[in-house]
Amino acid sequence: MTAASSAAGVDAADISPRGRRLSFSAGLTNWTQNVRAGEIGSLPVALGLAVIAFIFQIQNDRFLSSQNLTNLLVQMAAVATISTGVVFVLLLGEIDLSVGAMSGVAGITAARLLIPDGNQVNVVIALAVAGAIALAVGATHGFFVAKLGVPSLIVTLATLFIGQGVILAIAGQQGLIRIQDKTIIGIANVFLTDGWGWLLAAAMVLGYAALVISADRTTLAQGLTAQSTASMLAKISLVAVMAFGTVAITNSDRGFPLVAVILAVMIIFWTFVAERTRFGRHLYAVGGNAEAANRAGINVDRIRIAGFMIASFMAAAGGIVLASRLRSVDNSAGGGNLLLNAIAAAVIGGTSLFGGRGRISSAVQGALVIASVESGMGLLGWPSDRKFIVTGAILLLAVTIDTLSRRTRQTQGRA
Amino acid sequence: MAEVPLLEARGVSKRFGAVQALYNVDLTLHPGEVLGLVGDNGAGKSTLIKAIAGTYHPDEGEFFFEGRPVRIRSPRDSADLGIEVVYQDLALCDNLTVVQNMFLGREEVNRFHALSEAHMQRRAEETMESLAVTTLSSVKQTVARLSGGQRQSVAVAKAVMWNSKAVILDEPTAALGVAQTRQVLDLVRRLADHGLGVIVISHNLHDLFEVVDRFLVLRLGQSVARFDRDKTSQQEVVEAITAGTLSHVPGQSELEEVVTQ
Ligand SMILES: Nc1ncnc2c1ncn2[C@@H]1O[C@H](COP(=O)(O)OP(=O)(O)O)[C@@H](O)[C@H]1O
Ligand SMILES: [Mg+2]
Repeated sequence: MTAASSAAGVDAADISPRGRRLSFSAGLTNWTQNVRAGEIGSLPVALGLAVIAFIFQIQNDRFLSSQNLTNLLVQMAAVATISTGVVFVLLLGEIDLSVGAMSGVAGITAARLLIPDGNQVNVVIALAVAGAIALAVGATHGFFVAKLGVPSLIVTLATLFIGQGVILAIAGQQGLIRIQDKTIIGIANVFLTDGWGWLLAAAMVLGYAALVISADRTTLAQGLTAQSTASMLAKISLVAVMAFGTVAITNSDRGFPLVAVILAVMIIFWTFVAERTRFGRHLYAVGGNAEAANRAGINVDRIRIAGFMIASFMAAAGGIVLASRLRSVDNSAGGGNLLLNAIAAAVIGGTSLFGGRGRISSAVQGALVIASVESGMGLLGWPSDRKFIVTGAILLLAVTIDTLSRRTRQTQGRA
Repeated sequence: MAEVPLLEARGVSKRFGAVQALYNVDLTLHPGEVLGLVGDNGAGKSTLIKAIAGTYHPDEGEFFFEGRPVRIRSPRDSADLGIEVVYQDLALCDNLTVVQNMFLGREEVNRFHALSEAHMQRRAEETMESLAVTTLSSVKQTVARLSGGQRQSVAVAKAVMWNSKAVILDEPTAALGVAQTRQVLDLVRRLADHGLGVIVISHNLHDLFEVVDRFLVLRLGQSVARFDRDKTSQQEVVEAITAGTLSHVPGQSELEEVVTQ
């Protein structure tokens, strides 16, 4: 028996058998208080998306067409994938500037290994090689940062250049490798049939409902205060509307994109890792206060190294997705605004640059914002110069919101 | 006192280069008592508790826990014995909730290796309840939103929920206002009432007189006096802090006045 419960004079078994439920209005009040205290969650993204949709739809009514929305899902997938890894390093309070280059290296490596010249390897091996390279690169980043104390900004800036060199070397004289492998091409170019789409949405909603309900049961069984039934229903309904809504839209076009399924699986997996495992908890702790984590017996170096490995690995995965969509990899792979977009997506989605705050889903949310703006500007035929300016301005806005809400949290704490 | 002491340190010495930070220090802590560890800046208080916590390795000295001789070579060793230290800077993660902080590094998981959030929350609430910490509205709020006194309470609760038998607090009220100091002192008293041994370091003798049973006075690295709270006065303690009798340290012809920082 533990000191705490024996001191309280109760045993695990005879604690009050059923907890109570918070009323819906009390839950709402708590939420409002959290928002005021700077814990704003997905609020800015939801508002931002509504504004973006409104503005572009007025200018061009193709923006909210099912074709354009389906394209959006496919276009955002690569950035969202890379950004998922970026979230991990940002949570550590670090940065990885090499994710763009890493995605290019992975793409061109896989493409090179799959050239049908008689020496090509099995696609699984090609992907495994790309993944292994990424893990090695990430471990190297982690080693330099955690063990040697070199700032991650500099380490990953160095590997950005090294990566670009490697891409040029592998791309060779031609400068471009076309992808002919069916599996790779399929990733971003296969769409589910309508039936599979509906089935997927149903599975998603049922799975989510099962999670919510089982969490609720545990809460009550532990004698704790659970959320109101109304708020539970509201959350499940929201997920149902989003899932079935998205499938309805995509089904009236080409169908639900396979790449979006892959993205969803990755997001769910990494969310579990970040929020429901000891590793994830330690990751947040290291980003929040490394000294406290260290004193709590957490192996801070190991957590940092793992974070960088995840970032490089997800960058590689994003590189494969991109290669699939473009059906080729050239010597500019991983360049352009890919890096900026991947980092911006995480920050726009609400992951803090100051470490310890953010969620994996912010990668998708931010990527959706960026893809929407790019798609909208594309529909309006805006030139690149203006696109760059707008993307930069959005990033600046997101970083400002991050900084201000951080300040709000700090002043609250000292009250 | 007839009972076996919870913790005993005998003849602890520690040197940092030319500085004799501790010389032949003895300390005894009984279960259920609060010991005030006092002394001027640089007297060696922090060094002594770091030796007990396993952070520093003393050059000489032995430790006994519940009467048995023990070796404390790392913070892990002292934690395994049931000794917890709450340092002045508390070491809480602002971005994590109260529960998450209390279980940091010792999270409970279920058979799928997923965190058992609800169970951890219940245990955290029980601990807070048993310590009568009533100032926290919820253990699910992030620590960033807590006041200084609340943070101190969280750090103490975190320390005591792990079967700990001895708790050491380094300047727990230094940064607190009057009401919050009151909360923390009450909490310290309740720990002792639960049967734990508590060592409190503080410069505030007035506060200490309200909560401790005994005093141990360090001066220039030596234990120069011991007092029962009921049989002494603030004046007597102050005199020991500033002018307690020192023994001769071999190898040092004269004791240089240690510059206080
Ligand atoms: N890590 C260290 N290295 C060198 N000298 C130290 C170290 N820690 C403490 N000291 C010295 O040991 C003496 C006692 O310090 P300390 O235990 O911090 O005193 P107190 O906590 O009572 O103010 C001081 O002279 C201090 O400068
Ligand atoms: Mg000190």
